[in-house]
Amino acid sequence: MTTSREVRETQAPVNGNTGPETAETARLESAAAEPVTDGQLRNLLDIDSLSRQQIDTLLDSAEGMLEVLGRDVKKTPALRGKTIITVFYENSTRTRISFEEAGKVLGADVINVSVSASSVSKGESLYNTALTLQAMQVDALVIRHPHSGAPHFVARHVSAPVVNAGDGMHAHPTQTLLDLFTLRQKLGTLEGKKVAIVGDVLYSRVARSDILGLVKMGADVVLCGPPTLMPAGWSPGETLSEVGMEGVLVAERLEEALEDSDAVMTLRIQQERQDAGHLPDLREYSNLYGINRKRLALAKKGAPLLHPGPMNEGVEISSDVAHGAQSVVEEQVRNGVAVRMAVLYAICSRGRD
Amino acid sequence: MTDQSSHYDGRVVLSSDDIRRAMARISHEILERNGGNRDLVLVGVQTRGVHIANRLAANIELFEGFVPPVGSLDPRLYRDDPEQASVHPVRPTSIPVSLEGRPVVLVDDVLYTGRTVRAALNALSDFGRASRIQFAALVDRGHRELPIRPDYIGKNIPTAQDERVMVKLTEVDDTDQVELIRMSPVGAGT
Repeated sequence: MTTSREVRETQAPVNGNTGPETAETARLESAAAEPVTDGQLRNLLDIDSLSRQQIDTLLDSAEGMLEVLGRDVKKTPALRGKTIITVFYENSTRTRISFEEAGKVLGADVINVSVSASSVSKGESLYNTALTLQAMQVDALVIRHPHSGAPHFVARHVSAPVVNAGDGMHAHPTQTLLDLFTLRQKLGTLEGKKVAIVGDVLYSRVARSDILGLVKMGADVVLCGPPTLMPAGWSPGETLSEVGMEGVLVAERLEEALEDSDAVMTLRIQQERQDAGHLPDLREYSNLYGINRKRLALAKKGAPLLHPGPMNEGVEISSDVAHGAQSVVEEQVRNGVAVRMAVLYAICSRGRD
Repeated sequence: MTDQSSHYDGRVVLSSDDIRRAMARISHEILERNGGNRDLVLVGVQTRGVHIANRLAANIELFEGFVPPVGSLDPRLYRDDPEQASVHPVRPTSIPVSLEGRPVVLVDDVLYTGRTVRAALNALSDFGRASRIQFAALVDRGHRELPIRPDYIGKNIPTAQDERVMVKLTEVDDTDQVELIRMSPVGAGT
């Protein structure tokens, strides 16, 4: 079970603040660190290492968790006596609160480490912070970090299970699970459904994880966004089967992506992107790629509209559709708690090693 | 879960007629014990307990002319041994009415260690304070680890610890039948 941990490399501390992008190494390590053992979940670091069966089980469990959230007494003793620590090296409202609520509803104690108020601001390395938290007998670590691969690095050095709450531009697995859960609720199944993902695919860890998750569940994914915000080689009109993404198409025109789609997901445009010269102007982006009522009407009737939040209304999404009948943004937030409960329960209920 | 991977000998201990008669008797006993109280609620433990509860409710309608509400409960989140059960998903609990002040009969297929019942009792208390909670099981196989006793039992079946009681119901299986199975490792021969 803990083979990956026994081969503990000589420590190579990645400094939390200055470490380089390590997505490539992280991807390789995660493959090695995740032996698939009888469907049991050890860590949740990315979508790649989950089997379709494991995803189905987590989503089924989230169904049960959602029911718990609707009760008068929203508290169960499932993880009583367990301690979950969230460490966010990046700002977040919904993800952190969502993990906190998920842990608390399951009866765990949840401690939130605010990086700006911790020793990290005194220059403590990610490695030492992780060891310190481990010494506190933590049962699960939830980590968000601006650098791709940081949660994988931590997972290799601590014995507690690690949940990736978003790392750099690499992965955001719990967001993907909640998107899959929301889509499954709305569409029944994902098999053969056309899902359009519009916007900044290049920098979006949500897009990266969602594409992998959707493909794994049998959906057809159509991407559309400014060429400057698409990964290199993902050119319009191409299917991405040669890069291992069977069922993913890059659309030439937004209309083509939206037409007849079963669901539409629009991604947040980060202001930093414009500053970096990827976008000439937010207004132009909105004119070309913003989802409004007219464009949403191209999708199938009643197709759910997803957004991972926080929304820039008037940029990637117009206010009327953001709060319209097809928007499932608020359900995504609620489902996020249920999905994270399912994840924490699956990971923590295994007991200490 | 392990039955597919292990070699086993099954012995039928309750036939479909036995099950039907036992359920009819339990339904009468529930009515008798509760004096025909129409506030009665049946709550089945997922999955087979729910089907048994539904059959008891149908009997009660036949015998007494009213249908008690039937709830379904997954007590997993209240167990003290959750690591044994994290591969299977947690299922939604559905209690159609508030249990406040009503008599409740908790229903499961097999009573064994009593740990599921303990967990289910804790779960039930989150849905209101029932006036009383009774427990019905189709099979009592002994080996209790907690001070829990059933109020209604279909059949007492003495078992060894390495045996397994498998309740099959037509709602989810191909037949109505209870089998006693001796587990032995794969390839161990019989």
